[in-house]
Amino acid sequence: MGQRHTVAYNLCPLNMDSKHVPQIHVQDLTKSYRIAERQPGMLGAVKSLFHRTYRDIEALRGVSFDISRGEMVGYIGPNGAGKSTTIKILSGILVPSGGRCEVNGVVPWKSRISYVSQIGVVFGQRTQLWWDLPVIESFELLREIYKIPADKYETSLGELSELLDLRPLFDIPVRQLSLGQRVKCDISSALLHEPSILFLDEPTIGLDAVTKASVRSFIQEVNRNREVTVLLTTHDLGDIEALCRRVIVINDGICLSDSSIDELRNQYVHEKHVVIDFGSAPCLETIHRNVVLESDGTRITFLCTSDISDFVSQMTSRYEITDITIETPPIERVVTELYQSNSK
Amino acid sequence: MTALALKSYIAVASTRFRTLLQYRTAAIAGIVTQVFWGLMKLMVFGAFYEVTQDQPPMSFEAVVVYVWLGQCLFALFPYNVDPDMRAMFNSGSVAYDLLRPLSLYGFWFSRTVAFRTAPTALRVVPGLFFTFVVLRLVGLDEWVMPPPSSVVAALAFLLSIVFTIALSTSILMLVNISLFWLIDSRGMVNLTAGVVWVLGGMIIPLPLFPDWAQPFLRWQPFRGLCDIPFRIYSGDISGIHVIGELAFQFVWIVLLFLAGIWLMRKAQMKLTVQGG
Repeated sequence: MGQRHTVAYNLCPLNMDSKHVPQIHVQDLTKSYRIAERQPGMLGAVKSLFHRTYRDIEALRGVSFDISRGEMVGYIGPNGAGKSTTIKILSGILVPSGGRCEVNGVVPWKSRISYVSQIGVVFGQRTQLWWDLPVIESFELLREIYKIPADKYETSLGELSELLDLRPLFDIPVRQLSLGQRVKCDISSALLHEPSILFLDEPTIGLDAVTKASVRSFIQEVNRNREVTVLLTTHDLGDIEALCRRVIVINDGICLSDSSIDELRNQYVHEKHVVIDFGSAPCLETIHRNVVLESDGTRITFLCTSDISDFVSQMTSRYEITDITIETPPIERVVTELYQSNSK
Repeated sequence: MTALALKSYIAVASTRFRTLLQYRTAAIAGIVTQVFWGLMKLMVFGAFYEVTQDQPPMSFEAVVVYVWLGQCLFALFPYNVDPDMRAMFNSGSVAYDLLRPLSLYGFWFSRTVAFRTAPTALRVVPGLFFTFVVLRLVGLDEWVMPPPSSVVAALAFLLSIVFTIALSTSILMLVNISLFWLIDSRGMVNLTAGVVWVLGGMIIPLPLFPDWAQPFLRWQPFRGLCDIPFRIYSGDISGIHVIGELAFQFVWIVLLFLAGIWLMRKAQMKLTVQGG
């Protein structure tokens, strides 16, 4: 898990060469919450008046990864896996119970006020804009809060509003925006002060296909043009496939995998679909008949769980074949399998 | 704190102020109620002043000032919390305010100042118009609001009202911060309102309380909300006492401000360590 990156970091632990020191360094991060517990029923309610019992919930149980400047990393996992907790620790609004975490060379929660001007955060589920204010007034207020110089603000705002076509929305109060418009404004507002890192927590939740696509291409553009490092949590694997070369999977507070999407696919799914067009309807041997998934005249889909090249050469030597296509299963299947294998 | 940093907080306050100026209908309804209530109070006090045998501790004219200023500046006192703030606690989005490069206390303080002053700004003009002009026109001369007792009194009154705003906000900040530990804000808010109305002098002017209560009333912070500025205006507090009373307000502001910062630090610890 994250081996490649961790090693690179360990080779030069104290060397401040910016090429090798990751921008985000997270090591053995743990976080437990203490919640009050109450037994059900009247007796439980009365009991809890005198004696409160607490239970510790471990949201993170040793998460480690490194992210370099300009990377765009997907951070996925089922509900309650610890994604948001990680993002909150990285944004300086939660203190972890243990482990290390450094971003841009500082510990986020220790120097919160100076640190948060270097990052942008978007929570797709809630807006950070002022509900009653027209969009432009929210932006103006952020300019004051982040102390953005006037010329820098104009350039930044011009660039963002052009990319997302925001100008027509400027005078509309935030509460009257559609979800798609609101998310666009939210992401722009997180970028006005030109942060070097952008944390996106489910930015595309609830958006239609067209808006999703435009938000994705916007994120890509920002990542490329401004060299902003992006850490993105999502349940929509389309986001990951469109945006991230690297994906970290977390469940139950531990990293399950940290690799590229392709590696993830290969590592966790040992089956492929092989679609073969035969010259004429073949007379299959039993061993091959058993792995047929779908049969449609001369086009037959096989499920191959063994070595793929072996299977293909067997087929080509025994039957008359016009075309072969090898399909990888969709990423959703991979992830489902990964989540389930962990909870067993 | 540098001037640049202060500018951010002023921007927060002024933005919230402008937003709150939209609530004009609520202001009209409010001031009508305040005026009606003020007339009733004056009738009651008038009746008492007519039948009393003793020399009252303050003149009827000073009572008129006390009542009318109280009604016109009603919204300045810490009797309710910003619904935005309450919604934030209910939805659990408090932590997200920590994403801004501002001190959380300063951020909320700015917003609370706006929450107290904007509704007051809307109510004070029609309120003063009624008490200065309308009452005179209809011939209720006894109840007309008199002008400040002197120019010095007027200036001292204005300074004292600025202190009232700071004091009111500092008190309200303690209520806001207490919401970190409470599931529902209503109990705390009702309790605060009750204390503010009685101990501030809004129900009965503090000098009219019995003698045995005076030593206690004299030193509690809520006196700095209404009693001091109103009596400075009417001249009931005058001369060297004015300076002493302004200092009294100031000391309480500093104490409550420090208490708020200390409590906020604890709350922030709870929020960031325990996760809210």
